[in-house]
Amino acid sequence: MSDGPFNQAVLIRGGTVVDATGKRVGDVLIRNGVVEAVGLDLDDAIAGAQVLDASGCIVGPGLVDLHSHLREPGREESETVETGARAAALGGYTAVVAMPNTDPPIDCAAVARQVFELGARATCEVAVAGAITVGRAGKLLAPLAEMADLGIRLFTDDGNGVQDARLMRRALEYASALGVTLAQHCEDSSLAAGGHMHEGEWSSRLGIPGQPGEAEELMVMRDLALSRLTRAPIHFLHLSTATSLQMVRVAKQGGARVTAEVAPHHFSLTDAAVASYDTVFKVNPPLRPPADVAAVKAALADGTADAIATDHAPHAQEDKEAPFDQAPPGMLGLETALALAVTELDLPIERLLALLSWQPAAIAGLAGRHGGPIVAGAAANLCVIDPEVTWVVDATRLASRSRNCPYAGRTLTGRVRHTVLRGEPVVIDGEAQR
Amino acid sequence: MAERERALAPPYGGLFVPRTKVMDPDDVKRAIWRMAHEIIERNHGTDRVVLIGLQTGGVPIGGRLAEAVDSVSGVMVPIGSLDVAFYRDDIGLRPVLPEAATHIPVDLTGKTVVLVDDVLFTGRTVRAALNALSDYGRARAVQLAVMVDRGHRELPIRPDYVGKNLPTRRDEMVDVSEEGVVLGDVMPR
Amino acid sequence: MTATVSATAAPGVGPAAAVRPAARLSTAKPGGRRHLLSIADLDREGIEEILRLTDMFVEVSERPIPRVPALRGKTVVSLFFEDSTRTRLSFEMAAKRLSADTMSFSVSTSAVKKGESLRDTVETIEAMGIDAIVVRHSAAGVPWQIANWTEGAAVINGGDGWHEHPTQALLDCYTIRQQRGRLDGQRIAIVGDIRHSRVARSDVLAFTALGASVTLVAPPTLLPPTLAGWPVEVSHRLDEVLPSCDVVYLLRLQRERMQEALLPSLREYTATYGLTRQRARLLVPGALIMHPGPVNRGVEIAAEVADQPNSVITRQVRNGVAVRMAVLYLLLGSGVDLGV
Repeated sequence: MSDGPFNQAVLIRGGTVVDATGKRVGDVLIRNGVVEAVGLDLDDAIAGAQVLDASGCIVGPGLVDLHSHLREPGREESETVETGARAAALGGYTAVVAMPNTDPPIDCAAVARQVFELGARATCEVAVAGAITVGRAGKLLAPLAEMADLGIRLFTDDGNGVQDARLMRRALEYASALGVTLAQHCEDSSLAAGGHMHEGEWSSRLGIPGQPGEAEELMVMRDLALSRLTRAPIHFLHLSTATSLQMVRVAKQGGARVTAEVAPHHFSLTDAAVASYDTVFKVNPPLRPPADVAAVKAALADGTADAIATDHAPHAQEDKEAPFDQAPPGMLGLETALALAVTELDLPIERLLALLSWQPAAIAGLAGRHGGPIVAGAAANLCVIDPEVTWVVDATRLASRSRNCPYAGRTLTGRVRHTVLRGEPVVIDGEAQR
Repeated sequence: MAERERALAPPYGGLFVPRTKVMDPDDVKRAIWRMAHEIIERNHGTDRVVLIGLQTGGVPIGGRLAEAVDSVSGVMVPIGSLDVAFYRDDIGLRPVLPEAATHIPVDLTGKTVVLVDDVLFTGRTVRAALNALSDYGRARAVQLAVMVDRGHRELPIRPDYVGKNLPTRRDEMVDVSEEGVVLGDVMPR
Repeated sequence: MTATVSATAAPGVGPAAAVRPAARLSTAKPGGRRHLLSIADLDREGIEEILRLTDMFVEVSERPIPRVPALRGKTVVSLFFEDSTRTRLSFEMAAKRLSADTMSFSVSTSAVKKGESLRDTVETIEAMGIDAIVVRHSAAGVPWQIANWTEGAAVINGGDGWHEHPTQALLDCYTIRQQRGRLDGQRIAIVGDIRHSRVARSDVLAFTALGASVTLVAPPTLLPPTLAGWPVEVSHRLDEVLPSCDVVYLLRLQRERMQEALLPSLREYTATYGLTRQRARLLVPGALIMHPGPVNRGVEIAAEVADQPNSVITRQVRNGVAVRMAVLYLLLGSGVDLGV
């Protein structure tokens, strides 16, 4: 099926092409994995091309997710690279960055190579993030250069923040020579310890131990200082509070080398959802109160946040069916991120695509292949979005191996219709092709 | 009414629509006096007799009956009340919430207990009352006084003192008070 | 066709009788069994209905044979994931006095330690054909999860984490009403570790629903992170609160709180927030002293104060059985959900 390059010509007909250069009506002809032509009335350009209808749709570069947990190796019962990549393709993604908190963790070339090999056959490109420290334990520096040699451009201990300031400083200094970016899961673990939701009105009422927003903010503040000290770039994962984003806003104005992502659930759900005690709403960083949700939306609107990243975190049903304080944090995101962005954010489609495609592609070092302008000669990694259609999320019909989707039953606007990976239509009319 | 049909009856559902007045206040008063005399005659006085009204309809009737017994015999008989909700065999078939606390003024061991209720129908309330009574001591004898016996017994229970025998249909309803006895229908709400 | 019916028809028989308001116990699934998960699910009427029914069961408890056959054939399981001999025994005693069968399932004797999931445990127990599950768990929310997983059994929250302990609050309300006639207008001080207390959370809801005013007295480290939305006053000075309260409710102080840097020492706690003998003299005559037990004598309350005549701590325990009988009867025996 996927052996060898996909050679058949594909014609995306009748859509509006949107990329970083602007917006225009046009058909897109693809052959041998690259865009051959973009223009009006390409119908007769080639006989025998597979035609994908895009009338009323946006044809954009494929989406890029900076933050996916694909769980392989180690937790294949909750997700595999194959099922995670299929979910990604259905969500319009042509590339995802696989997080390193697998078992064993991706903290050396051997494990990284295994994930790259699994990703080679998948329905989206699987980039890999390596761990900053050995075993993500926060004690010893992982072999960053060895992993950078494999093409890894992003390093993080995600799931844990690097607690030791001196170690983080050394990691930033060491990484700066490799041309890679360190990404931080901002959480001061001593302040957050034992907290299973946002500390505030709801945690007080529900009797669930909380973690204050300040646990995130302390590390944002520290890492902005360390980035300044080392002159190394820093990327902040899933920022969730108004103060965190305000610190990033001010730092950017001062010329800091900082980028930030936010997760869809932090602009579409509040901590009130936890009142059901449904562990599907347990996530880290936790769901926040409405004021923080508004701040996340504002940061996306004014450019403080550079990317929407899913933090797609599959967990097997039996793991989630635990008492709230024992259930693992995390929720699915790949198949709903675009629709949530269209539904919840009052932004034009070109801004949404910037946040979902070319800006994250640049942060992940994938800009050569993903998120670029749709012009002749460009890699044919594309997605076709119907921005008007409404649909109801059915958690039982997701491609992910897990079911921990917090949006079940919610009506969303906007859906991915087709996804093209290296010239191959991997999703046609919302159906995965393999 | 079969037990399961009671869920549809007042006070929990349905509405009582009166049709025929079968006893007026004087009829009720005369019946009480007659029953008082029968109780004294049957027990050769009121020695060791205790009257116990069944919650809720039997309590006011029991009170009037005790007053009548007192004034005929010149002796005050102990009077109590009993709620049998916790002893019913139709728990779960209909809403059964106790109306008021049980009050048993004396140890019943060796006493002659006269249970008093307003209407005797299937006999299940009396059956529950007999069970409940046994938790308060071993009575020498238990007798039953009712203002109206409307038939349709489902258990081998018969009254010792009856104000009026009133043939009814199962789906009818009888309303008893000091103001009289009314036969009527239950309308769904 | 119509005859007049006098307005003095016997109660409960004539047209004047109103439909009895059923206690509003929560229903996790539409049309499903009713549960008692939170005081928040009961409005004032619902709480009063339970208290009224408790009167009946107090009478039952005082009989020579304190047992009625109301729940014959029903099975009540206590599913305790956290040690609590008192609450478990109280529920089991209540069930037995209603003639229900009881089973006890505690974590030390169960498969939970062998890695069986919470859901499997619950489904296994329910498959045995039981009517009610009393749940105690160290995590908030577990009774809600169990209520979602069970098909037929009623779930009763026997205490979940720091969250709620509804039957404790009901027995506290009953005890205050019994001793002081009513809750309306009573000034109640709840003193101690509010932050970690399910009793405090349920009591605040129940006391205020019945018209009492509540003042929480604790150091800031032992209060919840925020009290926004709580209908309470807060004080850090017990001496100022005691002279004007009708009930002082002391909470148990767990000794491990010192390790979490919430308090410097037990001695300092007792000196500032303990009901010592001297401090007890600030109470007006007749003010009640309450405690959910077990009491740390000499820590939150001086031993001789706990034994004062106005201390109703053992009365609370006794009332607990009757309140739990009322709850079990309402959920399993009354059939009130079958109304039209």
